[in-house]
Amino acid sequence: MYVFTRRTNRRIRNAAIAAVTAMALTSCGGSSADDTSDTAVAQDGTADLRGQTITIYSGRSETLMAPLFTQFTKDTGIIVDARYGDSGEMAALILTEGDKSPADVYFSQDAGALGAVEDAGLLATLPDDITTLVEPQYRSTNNQWIATSGRARVVVYNTELVATPPASLDELLDPQWKGKIGYAPSNASWQSFVTALRVTRGEDAARTWLEGFAANQPVAFEKNGVVRDAVNAGEVSLGLINHYYLYELISKVGQDNVVAKNHYFKDGEAGSLVNIAGVGILTSSSKSAAAQALVRYLLSTAGQSYFTLRTFEYPMTPGVIPFYELPTLEELNPPAIDLADLRSLETTQAMLSEVGLLTK
Amino acid sequence: MTRLLRAPVALAAPALLAVIVALVPLVYLLDTSLQRGLQSVVSEIFLSQTATLVARSLALTVVVTLACAIVGTINAWFVVRSSVPLRALWLMLLSMPLAIPSYLSAFAWITWIPSFNGFFGAALVLTLASYPYVMLPVAAMLRNADPQLEDVARSLGVGVFGALMRVTLRQIAPAIWAGSLLVALYVVSDFGAVAVMRIETFTWVIYGAYRAGFDPTRAATLSLVLIAIALLLVVVERRVRGRTAQRVGAGTARVSIRRSPLSVALPALLVVVGSVGFGVGVPVVSSITWMRNGSAINWSEVWSTIGASFGVGALTGGATVLLALPVGILIARFKGRLTDFTEGAVYVTHSLPGIVVALSVVYFGISFARPLYQQIPLLVFGQMIIFLPLVVGSVRTSIEQSRTVYEDVSRSLGTSRMKTIFRVTIPLATPGIAAGGALAVLGAVKELPTTLILRPTGLDTLATSIWKYSSVSDFGAIGPYAVALMLLAALPTAILSTVTVLKVVR
Repeated sequence: MYVFTRRTNRRIRNAAIAAVTAMALTSCGGSSADDTSDTAVAQDGTADLRGQTITIYSGRSETLMAPLFTQFTKDTGIIVDARYGDSGEMAALILTEGDKSPADVYFSQDAGALGAVEDAGLLATLPDDITTLVEPQYRSTNNQWIATSGRARVVVYNTELVATPPASLDELLDPQWKGKIGYAPSNASWQSFVTALRVTRGEDAARTWLEGFAANQPVAFEKNGVVRDAVNAGEVSLGLINHYYLYELISKVGQDNVVAKNHYFKDGEAGSLVNIAGVGILTSSSKSAAAQALVRYLLSTAGQSYFTLRTFEYPMTPGVIPFYELPTLEELNPPAIDLADLRSLETTQAMLSEVGLLTK
Repeated sequence: MTRLLRAPVALAAPALLAVIVALVPLVYLLDTSLQRGLQSVVSEIFLSQTATLVARSLALTVVVTLACAIVGTINAWFVVRSSVPLRALWLMLLSMPLAIPSYLSAFAWITWIPSFNGFFGAALVLTLASYPYVMLPVAAMLRNADPQLEDVARSLGVGVFGALMRVTLRQIAPAIWAGSLLVALYVVSDFGAVAVMRIETFTWVIYGAYRAGFDPTRAATLSLVLIAIALLLVVVERRVRGRTAQRVGAGTARVSIRRSPLSVALPALLVVVGSVGFGVGVPVVSSITWMRNGSAINWSEVWSTIGASFGVGALTGGATVLLALPVGILIARFKGRLTDFTEGAVYVTHSLPGIVVALSVVYFGISFARPLYQQIPLLVFGQMIIFLPLVVGSVRTSIEQSRTVYEDVSRSLGTSRMKTIFRVTIPLATPGIAAGGALAVLGAVKELPTTLILRPTGLDTLATSIWKYSSVSDFGAIGPYAVALMLLAALPTAILSTVTVLKVVR
């Protein structure tokens, strides 16, 4: 996927930084919205999308998305009405609204919720020029939703306490890690990982692993960020989180003040899961052209660079590279599952609470 | 039944409207859960897992309700009967947990003591958040109760404590029961505190069915179990309340003398200090700490969310009072089987978690009120369903406490029934209207799940802003909104406590 040399990488990375800085500056300065540099509108041949308003149900936070939507409006003239909420709750809202939903676009933190809305027949098929931007495993088999960024599961470890991090999921069950692993039981990414474990190993084997994990007395924290801080502070040796939490810390306090490091299993198992944030366009939308323009924008260099710089997630299009040096998506060797299968989250929660890892 | 027919149509018609409004969630639940046929409803409800969850929810409900009954009654006694100085101030301080949303205080506890999650943590947070529902009506009743009965008991050789337990407690029992019903319904419906404390109650599973199971049908079916629990609670409360003794006949009650033997006052003071310190102190100190650790505060954003919360709160308060007033009058003055039904209908939906009420409004709103969908009127409508029972209860209590003789005189002077209601009954209900309105405003200002789903796109209230920043772990940014919410909610809380207990309106 990444065919660039390191030098070109750096050049593109610098260009991306410049683009996002410019975005931040224009959104502050309120400059004229006239220069339509982006190709989003022109590709449709319908320049009169200007002034149209589209409604987005966003499971991604307002703090993250609002600046990007503002820039999209400046570049395309399409106005965005964004409602923010929990990804799953927004899916339930769309399912209740049915074909009368006022939403044009559904933006989810998680593939499972997109899969559920697709299952209900509420998502429209995306045009080829959009779907071809992203590798097949990061979009739905029916091309009704598409990833906009990727998040890899990692074991974050304290380099001062741990010489060799565990090499596989099963090594996490080794008694040497008893009471030394941090995790965030109510976090959606942890639960997606467990869903992937169920999908790849089957229900019984997944339960066995979870029971072994529970027997190793992992330490529960409120959020992934707290797990990371606990690892960096040496309160626990290992943490099961997503890759970008480490980079949030590095970008805030500097690499020199961080002793935590990410370890990737790269073994095709659930521990190497790459979950996504993604979008779909609703069948009920009467503004699919404008909605498609937004999806193209999220997958454009500007949109992809924005995610890589703000969240340190994996970009989904080959033209943009991650901000920090990360293994490529191929090197990660994620499990070969249909990401929409992550929708069986409720079964996961039931299993987690049965083995005592979710509730008290 | 025949007695309802005596009620003027001008009263019965708006009361019927209130019943229809209150039943919106129930109709949604039945309609949605029957989509897969009755068989699937039955098999879903009779899963073995359901029994465990109901047991755990009921255990939490019983523990919290019992704790609230005890703590609320002790605090009420302390404010009304002990000789503590500055009792208006104590009353307000003790009422302040009402100004703090349960999710916020749960959050404050868990960031302070992370290992505090589980059944005990949830029970503690919910008790500290809801004992005022018992304290306020008990304090009001304690103030009106005739202390001469206690004197008689004392003269017959019963000790101070014995007289309290055997006489006073019986006098105030109806208020304890009424307050406990509200607490119980609230605990059954709460999700905020149990989610933060990670205890798997019935609401947890309903939220899970929506947000993780993406299965509104299953969620609706499970919610029917909550309706059944609520019905049970309402029926039990009514049975017990009906059996409590009331002062009969005329005669004048002696004004109560405030006295407090040390043996009773000291333990009570401990409970009082604990209630204020843990119920108010912990969330307030946490919020101020978050604020001081946070980065620069965007004051214009804070002010606009205060404005939005105030606006939504005021509209909800006003609308709910208008809808509740005819129901309250009807229940207090025209007792009968149909009014029993009316009261029950209004109360049962109070056991439903916010997401269910919100989605019921979505379900009907999207088809029948499309122009108002995701607009203020439907947001207020949803909140109104949730807070209707609180206002109906306040109005009913304050009318029931006033004597019917005023209305009889008015009628005997040739005034029509409706005119009598407007000129006599409603003025008599003023304290209840003020208290109920304050309760609805308070509720609306704190309310989160319904607001998130029904609010107009782009409208941020204090509660949604707290949610917004807590979801990205920005504790510093939560601070100013949490402090503003508690300050804004302190005003209706102060009105509520003084009106209910000190009766300043009359």
